[in-house]
Amino acid sequence: MSEVMSALRRPWIQGQKSITQVTNDVFAPMERRPGAAWWAAFLVSFGVMSAGFTAIAYEVSTGIGTWGLNRTVGWAFDITNFVFWIGIGHAGTLISAILFLFRQKWRTSVNRSAEAMTLFAVMCAGLFPLIHMGRPWLAHWMFPYPNTRGSLWINFRSPLVWDFFAISTYFTISLMFWYVGLIPDLATIRDRAQSRLRRKLAGIFALGWNASYRTWQRYEIVYLLLAGLGTPLVISVHTIVSWDFATAVLPGWHATIFPPYFVAGAIFSGLAMVLTLMLVARKVMHLEDYITVRHVETMCKLIIATGGIVALSYMTEFFTAMYSGNRYEMFVFWNRALGPFAWAYWTMVTCNVVSPQLLWIRKVRTNLVAVFFLSIVINVGMWFERFVIIVTSLHRDFLPANWWTYKPTIIEVTTLLGSFGLFFTAFLLFCRFLPVIAVAEVKGVVGGRPHEGRRLEHEAERPRLVEIPVEGVQA
Amino acid sequence: MSRRVFIGVFDNEEDTMGAVQASRARGLKVIDVYAPYAVHGLDRAMGLEPSKIPWVCFALGVAGAAFKVWFEYWTTAVDWPINVGGKPWNSLPAFVPVTFEVMVLCAGVSTVIALLIASRLWPGKRPELLVPGVTDNRFAVLLEESDATFDKERVTEMFEDFNVLYTEERAESEQEVR
Repeated sequence: MSEVMSALRRPWIQGQKSITQVTNDVFAPMERRPGAAWWAAFLVSFGVMSAGFTAIAYEVSTGIGTWGLNRTVGWAFDITNFVFWIGIGHAGTLISAILFLFRQKWRTSVNRSAEAMTLFAVMCAGLFPLIHMGRPWLAHWMFPYPNTRGSLWINFRSPLVWDFFAISTYFTISLMFWYVGLIPDLATIRDRAQSRLRRKLAGIFALGWNASYRTWQRYEIVYLLLAGLGTPLVISVHTIVSWDFATAVLPGWHATIFPPYFVAGAIFSGLAMVLTLMLVARKVMHLEDYITVRHVETMCKLIIATGGIVALSYMTEFFTAMYSGNRYEMFVFWNRALGPFAWAYWTMVTCNVVSPQLLWIRKVRTNLVAVFFLSIVINVGMWFERFVIIVTSLHRDFLPANWWTYKPTIIEVTTLLGSFGLFFTAFLLFCRFLPVIAVAEVKGVVGGRPHEGRRLEHEAERPRLVEIPVEGVQA
Repeated sequence: MSRRVFIGVFDNEEDTMGAVQASRARGLKVIDVYAPYAVHGLDRAMGLEPSKIPWVCFALGVAGAAFKVWFEYWTTAVDWPINVGGKPWNSLPAFVPVTFEVMVLCAGVSTVIALLIASRLWPGKRPELLVPGVTDNRFAVLLEESDATFDKERVTEMFEDFNVLYTEERAESEQEVR
C-alpha cells in the first residue's frame, strides 16, 4: 500500500501528518461523546426508518394492493428503488476495488466509508424485492435447496434468479472486502481502547491481529485478489440488474445498450452519494486534511466521465429507437419525452445531463457547497432515470385500451423514505463506532513519502556547530 | 524449546527497511517485522516467499464454477426438466451469469478463509503483541540470536545507524515467536 513518492508530487494528505497523528485524528470522533448534531441526525433518520418499517408492516399484513400498481403498470416504485439503491452501492466498489487496481492512492481517504455505503445501500436495495414478493417469509424459495415440492428447482434461465445470485454474492464479497480492510484498524482500536467493553469487542473482531509482516504480506495478496474479483463482480451485478429489463421483449427495455448504460449510471449515482456523505462527514468529523478539496475534485471528474457515458446512452437509446423503424419502439420514446411523464423525463435529463456539466468549471468543483448541491441533484436525477425507464415503458403498452397511469400511494412513498432512514441510520452508527478512514492505508500513503518535517526535527536535535572565524577579536 | 531473540524498535518505515536490509546483508536471520501498515517492498527486503493464497483462490473459483455448471445442468435437464418458453433443457448460455457469480463467491470466500488459516487468525484470539504500539506507530524488527556468532553490541550499533528507539533481548518459546 505504501510507496515511495517523488517529493515533487503534491501529497494527498495535507498538514505533514505523522502516522501517530493519523491515528489520533481519525479516532478522535470515535473516542469522544457524540455531539448534538449527531444525535439530531440519528434521531431523524431513526424516526424516518421507523415510519418506513411501519409502512412495510402494513403492506405485508394487508397485501401488495396497498401499492399504486395496476394491471398495466405492474412494476414501479419497488423496482425503481431497488435499482436506485444497488446503483448507489456501485461507487463504493469502484473506489475500493477498481481504483485499487489502478493504484489511485487518493482512494485511501474515502474507501472505508464508500464501502460502508455500499453495504448499507445493498441492504436497502435487498429490502425491496423482499417485500415485493408479498410473502417475504417464503424468500428462501429463491435458494436452490432440496425441497418437499418434488425438489422443484428454481429456473436458472430467469434474470430474476440471476439477480438473486448477483445481489447476494455482491453483498457477501463487499462485506468481506470491507471487513478484511477493517481488521488492522480494529486491532489499533483494541490496543488503544480505554474502556474494557471497547477493547473486548474490538478484540473479538480483530482476530488477534499482531501486525506481523508475514501476515501483512498475505493480507496484501488477499486484498488484491478481492479487488480483482470485485471489479468484474460490480460490472456483472448491474449488468444482471439491467437484464431484468433487457431480456423482456418490451419496447423501451429490450435494448442491448442496457448493461453498459446501467453500469455507468450506477457508478455515476454512487459517486454523487459518496460526495453527499463525505462533504458532510469531513466537516462534522474534522477530517478536512484527509478528505481534501482535491479529493472532491477528483471525484467530480469521475462524475463528469460517468455522467458523459450516461448522457451518451440516453442519446444512443433515443437514436436507436428512431432508427429502428419499429413503431412501438418509436412510440415509447416519443411518449417518454412528450407524454404524460414528460416532466419526469426532463427532470432526469436536466439533473443527469445538464447539471454535471457545471463540474467542468474549476470554480464549481472547488466550491464545496455547490458540489454538495449538485450531488443531491444527481441523486434525484438518477432516481428519476429508473422511474422513467420502468414506468414510461409500461404505462402505454401495445393496446391503447390497456393504457393507464401510475401514481404512488403514501405507503410506497413512506417505504422509499424509510429506506433512506435505514441508510442514514446505518451510516451514522458506522461513523460513530468505526474509523471512517482506513487508517492503516492512509498511513501507507503518509509514511511512504519523504518526511521533510521529520528530517528537520532530527537536525534540530543535533545542532551542528560551525566555527565562525571572527576577525578582530584577537586584536 | 526456547530461543533467544533480539528486537529493535523503530518509528518509521525507511529506518525499518534499512535495518532489515542491513541485517540480512550481515547474514542475520530476520524472523519477522511488525508494522502498523503494509510497508511497500518489505517482503522483498525480508526475502519472503510469495504467498500461495492465489492458488487457493484460483482452485476454489474453478471448482465452484464447475460445480455450478454441473448443478444447473442437472437440475434443469436431468432431475426435473421443465419447459420454460420452449428453451432447450440444457440452456448453457443462460447458465453463465449464475456460474460467474458462484465462481466469484467461492473464490472470494475461500481466499479470506485461507488468509485466516494461514495467518492463524480467529475471532477472539488473544493478540500477542511483540512490543506496544506496533498497531499504531511503532515498527519492530525481530532477529534470531542464532548462534555464538551473534554479536549483540555490533547489531545494536548497526540498529543505531537507523535511529533505533530501543533494543531488547528476550527468550521466547517457539510457540510465542510464531
